[in-house]
Amino acid sequence: MKSTDQPMASRWRHKIALGGALRGLGMLPALVLIALLFQLLSSYVGSNGQSWFGGRFLTWNNLSIVAQQASINTVLAAGMTFVILTGGIDLSVGAVLAASAMVALIVSLAPGWGMLGVVAALSAGGVLGLINGGMIAFMRLPPFIVTLGSMTAVRGLARLLGGDKTIFNSNLPFAFIGNGSVFGIPWLMVIAFATVVVSWLILRRTVLGVRIYAVGGNAEASRLAGIKVWSILLFVYGMSGLLAGLGGVMSAAKLYAANGLQLGQSYELDAIAAVILGGTSFVGGIGSIWGTLVGALMIAVLSNGLILIGVSDIWQFIIKGLVIIGAVALDRVRMSASART
Amino acid sequence: MSFDLTPFLEMHHVSKTFGRVRALKDVSLDIRLGEVHALMGENGAGKSTLMKILSRAHAPDEGSEIRIDGVKVAISSPTIARQLGVAIIYQELALAPNLTVAENIYLGRELSKGGLIDRAAMEAGVEDVLQRLGAAFGARDLVAGLSIAERQMVEIARAIHAHSRVLIMDEPTTALSERESERLFALVRQLKQEGLAIVYISHRMKEVYELSDRVSVLRDGGYVGTLERDSITPAAVVRMMVGRDLSSFYKKEHNAHQSRGPIILSVRDISDGKRIRSCFFDLHGGEVLGVAGLVGAGRTELARLIYGADAAVSGSVVLNGREVKIRSPLDALEGGVAYLTEDRKLLGLMLDMSVSDNINLGTIARDAFPCGFLNLGKARRRTNGAIQATGIRTASPDALVGGLSGGNQQKVLLSRLLETKPRVLILDEPTRGVDIGAKSEIYRLIDKLAREGVGVIVISSELPEIVGICDRVLVMREGHIAGELGGGPGADPITQESIMAIATSAAKDAARALNPHPLPDANIGRATP
Repeated sequence: MKSTDQPMASRWRHKIALGGALRGLGMLPALVLIALLFQLLSSYVGSNGQSWFGGRFLTWNNLSIVAQQASINTVLAAGMTFVILTGGIDLSVGAVLAASAMVALIVSLAPGWGMLGVVAALSAGGVLGLINGGMIAFMRLPPFIVTLGSMTAVRGLARLLGGDKTIFNSNLPFAFIGNGSVFGIPWLMVIAFATVVVSWLILRRTVLGVRIYAVGGNAEASRLAGIKVWSILLFVYGMSGLLAGLGGVMSAAKLYAANGLQLGQSYELDAIAAVILGGTSFVGGIGSIWGTLVGALMIAVLSNGLILIGVSDIWQFIIKGLVIIGAVALDRVRMSASART
Repeated sequence: MSFDLTPFLEMHHVSKTFGRVRALKDVSLDIRLGEVHALMGENGAGKSTLMKILSRAHAPDEGSEIRIDGVKVAISSPTIARQLGVAIIYQELALAPNLTVAENIYLGRELSKGGLIDRAAMEAGVEDVLQRLGAAFGARDLVAGLSIAERQMVEIARAIHAHSRVLIMDEPTTALSERESERLFALVRQLKQEGLAIVYISHRMKEVYELSDRVSVLRDGGYVGTLERDSITPAAVVRMMVGRDLSSFYKKEHNAHQSRGPIILSVRDISDGKRIRSCFFDLHGGEVLGVAGLVGAGRTELARLIYGADAAVSGSVVLNGREVKIRSPLDALEGGVAYLTEDRKLLGLMLDMSVSDNINLGTIARDAFPCGFLNLGKARRRTNGAIQATGIRTASPDALVGGLSGGNQQKVLLSRLLETKPRVLILDEPTRGVDIGAKSEIYRLIDKLAREGVGVIVISSELPEIVGICDRVLVMREGHIAGELGGGPGADPITQESIMAIATSAAKDAARALNPHPLPDANIGRATP
């Protein structure tokens, strides 16, 4: 008995480790598959059905475009990951991004102090996030309602800031963020990746991170274990706001302009989609920031690839929506299959 | 009793493996018509698995053999199980509440006339059975309007109506009042007289003792033995279930009257303005203080007030001679008071987090490097130490707590508290839903802590547990401390009777309304030797 038990146990442990790694990767296999599919299809469409092997999708140039397109959403989704890990939601990130971008541009117009625009935008985002967090932590209002309200209110604020007009600054001192690169890598990508790495550090290597997971897993048990739940909530919404502010800086830098009405419309939905595609549980407590990165890349790959193979705008929406639902459904099936063994 | 000694249902070498777990190992058992055959064993011993094989909710492993009336059968679907005459009455009743009694009894084999459901025929068809069982409800009543006991009767009626010969009852009295249970027992006896075989799964020694003709015991998925009617005694059954005598079960090596230290916690006149009013008591270091009382007497509420989980409106807490303000669990923990909640899944553990994270949750901040960076090495050492010290059985420290058994989950939660090095430890139902092996390990741990000078408060509904491990007992009634037992020469002795006398004295009827089982019967591990 014992002798057969031993190798069985170790094989089992091996299986667990493998399963854990797979779950960590999340949608990565799907992402690779979709990328390959677009590579083939783009060649097929481009050559009028003559060839499958001359695709334009997997070129450095295109991939760099995809990564840049993903960068702002990645930053927003990183913030969203913190929030969703506690079982909450932040619907206001698109509006906060717009308001912060407005602040960034307005401050950037001050002669000689233009760089302060970055600081001002980050602070604006952080403060708006803390206000969300304060209402959720201290008044115990449901996150969905609070951020639904602030989404509308902050959108109004963004329009108010520019007098409902588009603000330009063709001489933007921090334009390099949106258009420059460092060692050949665009700043947008560097910032997005750095955001992911810092988020990972916080989530997995600090006391705060463990507590975020704990609060998401069981808020009442966390309180009884001596965790100040309010401080965790304040942090995650503040972080989400701060990163939305960073997103505002990035998009202002890219466009040299911001419009309180149009900028960041429905960005929150892409951010949520990235988090969910990344395998983070909507109830909280389970998920990883690397999953979110993969999710954000997946959304960007879909947008880019569908354009590349000439799918119409209308169908892009339909396909993207279905892929999100399908991917999550697939994940559910896989999870329950692994839970059963 | 006209026993037909030839077995009706035989199981030979039945095994069942779930993944890596062998839930059943080579179990052989026979059931005779006209007998009540009790099946006992601690949680996880394999009782339910065995019964699910009979009703074909699970497929047995290769090599298992089941015979009915001497004929080897393959139970390959629940329908075939029913056709073979095996019916199971589940703990969670499987009825459609929105349908009538007749519709439920005919569920899955409805009568129809010309494609339309024939209600009249169905109602007439069940009349007979309902009368036989002495049901107080009619065929046309909605199940939603019936009590739990009546619903159970509908299930039994369904089984009898389908001509079942073997009726398997899984913990049938858990949700019944005492009077309803009595009625069920009468029914069980009647069915036995009528020649049915009843397989009765229960934890309650008293019922088993009253009802059964034979008792079979399972332990760790294996068959231990069967006792015949005249050799059934609580002590014998428990010995078979535990695998050793009960005398070593409760552990009390610390000698409270010698090692009892100074007062480390004084609770003075604490109230919450709702339920708890003016509670006073002292706790010494090295003492195990029991808190007994009926369900709803306010034991948990009192503990939560002391721990700061709920807000007290008046009163004070003195820790180590200094009055302290405990406004939150954090304050309590910093003062050296830890609290084990009675509901570890809802209020204690993070089920989706690892064993290691759960154990370290209370101490990570203390262990951390500057800027709050985790000290992973220290956390790992703590985890390994705790797993060793409390004997947590887990595949790895990184396994999710949700996958552990109840006993191991409880040890994880206990470890989290112990790592904070509390001086006062409040344990609320520390052995609830925990199997008998883990139970005795928890008792050992409590004893060890007392020897080390920790003041332990044990809240428990299991009187034998309170009597077995506590040095002194506070009995609560209706939100205040109604009496104290033990605690030195001259004090009233701690017995189940003396506790119950105080717990029920003033408001017997109100208490009965709160808790249908005021007198806990001898239970597994509750039976005093």
